[in-house]
Amino acid sequence: MSEQFQVKADPELWAKLDMDVERFSNIPPMLTGVFNDVFLSQENRPQGMGYFDNMVSNIFTGRIQEMYDAREEGRPVVGTFCVYVPEEIIHAAGGVCVGLCGGSQGSIGDAEKILPRNICPMVKSAFGFKVGRICPFFQVVDFVYGETTCDAKKKTWELLDEYVPTHVMEIPQMKRERDKKLWVEEVKDFKTAIEQQTGKDVTETELKQAIETMNAKRKAMQRLNDLRHHDPSPISGRDMLLIQQIAFYDIPERFTEKVNELCDELEARIKTENYVAPKGTTRLMVSGTPMALPNWKLHNIIEKSGAVIVNEESCIGTRYYKDTISTDGTNMEQMLEKLTERYMQIDCSCFTPNDDRIDQVIKEYRESGAQGIIDYCLQFCHTYNIEAVKLRQACEKEGIPFLAIESDYSPEDVGQLQTRIEAFIEQIQD
Amino acid sequence: MTIGIDLGSRTIKLAVLKDGQLDSWQVVESSFKPHLQSQELLKAYPAKNIIATGYGRHLAKKHFAQGVITEIKAHALGARHLFPGCRTILDVGGQDSKVISLDANGKVSNFQMNDKCAAGTGKFLEMMSTSLGYELSQFGEAAAKSSGNLGIGNMCAVFAESEVVSLRNDGHSPEDIARAVHMSVVDRVAAMLERIGIAGELVFSGGVANNRCIAELLEKKLGRTVFVPKVPDIVGALGAALHQT
Repeated sequence: MSEQFQVKADPELWAKLDMDVERFSNIPPMLTGVFNDVFLSQENRPQGMGYFDNMVSNIFTGRIQEMYDAREEGRPVVGTFCVYVPEEIIHAAGGVCVGLCGGSQGSIGDAEKILPRNICPMVKSAFGFKVGRICPFFQVVDFVYGETTCDAKKKTWELLDEYVPTHVMEIPQMKRERDKKLWVEEVKDFKTAIEQQTGKDVTETELKQAIETMNAKRKAMQRLNDLRHHDPSPISGRDMLLIQQIAFYDIPERFTEKVNELCDELEARIKTENYVAPKGTTRLMVSGTPMALPNWKLHNIIEKSGAVIVNEESCIGTRYYKDTISTDGTNMEQMLEKLTERYMQIDCSCFTPNDDRIDQVIKEYRESGAQGIIDYCLQFCHTYNIEAVKLRQACEKEGIPFLAIESDYSPEDVGQLQTRIEAFIEQIQD
Repeated sequence: MTIGIDLGSRTIKLAVLKDGQLDSWQVVESSFKPHLQSQELLKAYPAKNIIATGYGRHLAKKHFAQGVITEIKAHALGARHLFPGCRTILDVGGQDSKVISLDANGKVSNFQMNDKCAAGTGKFLEMMSTSLGYELSQFGEAAAKSSGNLGIGNMCAVFAESEVVSLRNDGHSPEDIARAVHMSVVDRVAAMLERIGIAGELVFSGGVANNRCIAELLEKKLGRTVFVPKVPDIVGALGAALHQT
């Protein structure tokens, strides 16, 4: 399969979505090349990765067609940028939720024509995709649901609204009782906004079903992450990152099924001692800011430097699936409250205080059998960057090797990052 | 005999080790094809055991080196060999600066490098000396002549350059501005050192350590002795040569 892998093109579909087809036509071959280099060059990948490779192959075509069809059927297609937006409600309304976070250098130039340069690359990349009409996901959504988890995002939504209808959900910055009250209200408003789009109310049965669907998805990802913690590793960090990225644009039920199939395969692999990295390979955990598709920069450098990544404490990582929703709620009010309680457990650095996250990072470090933590911070992400100070202090106290890295999507610092990562691996091995 | 070779951004450094001691060394400006240039330099030596470090280490491994180590580890080994009491290293090279902490046994315990930015690097000094009309080799001397306390606010090399131009237009002497530029580098690297914490002897390596003015201003700023090796450029190459494959 590795010889024939190709990210497919569908100019007709792209034209229907009002994309800049000519410009976008360069993207699939480029992504094909990068994907070959980062993923298909790996040896002894699990068979089950075939499905996820295929998801990448169809990222601009088959999957977009499915979303386009959903939209034609009158199902809402909602773009989101954050794990705080409750996707259960979108699914309950029969809608499609897609994570739109931008992870590409290619659209930064478009964004910088309008936005200031010194803000987060993820916000710039996402905004640039819409401005340049070079992201089919962005083009297929009915509307965007943003949130207030950082200043760059919340102010960019005001500008984005000129290109695509953009709603904003307020996420509080503290987790007190009164903040919870506000949060529940925001969740209710979100539900109303979705219902207005479909023209019908979400029923208790529909919400219950959606909660179960998403719980099953999160549990499958927990199972997969537990298996990948096995030493030696049965699956690479790069493949794990890819699966966690695909979680944001695949159909939940189908994704869950494929993740569980992969888990079965990994269980069998562990039994037969079939691993991707030999015993003694340096095991590293990554914590910090999300890596949106196709941001594989850090994972690629780390694993090509001879280490294996055994955990991602990130929004595109454990933060997305470590918690499930209690199914104790019997009526709509209770269900929404339980749902909110689950979302309140997400420990983003936009909250203060946020010491739970420090404990969570240390816990995941222990569970994953990592030997060091690389904290990844997107440039200009102040909250994660400052929180790294506390994380470093905690790691020093626990005797955990710690390396903080701040970077964006540009290739210019790859050489320097390679040096730092190799030196960190040497430090652990010596 | 073992050879350590450090393929840096501006220069290639080579250190020859005989019976565990530094026997000879070379520092040359690097060209567009550093591996070919390195191979040319190596022709003069019969050594089979070559360890590479620096930005070009992987290129060296591909073409001729038997092993590679990072600059971090190489500086730790080299500085410790020259100064057995060394626990902290400041290395300022052409395109980056780094601080390294060593534990009591000389193992790397922590390190930091400047992020994507030229401030506090040799490149920054080079750009500023050019805009002031000095040869790089005379830049430190000129700065040392000034006893002023002019400051430059910009950490960014690009903005600092225009600030330097404004200062000249304001009538400040080139020596005073040169000192201000030196002081900005010292402030930058001192902050890095204070962030990581200084313990034991502090060794200052890398090409920029040849600039006496930087070392002296740093001593004054930190209030402690800064140990500069005789040839600070080759600490990394020496460390590579000391590395046992």
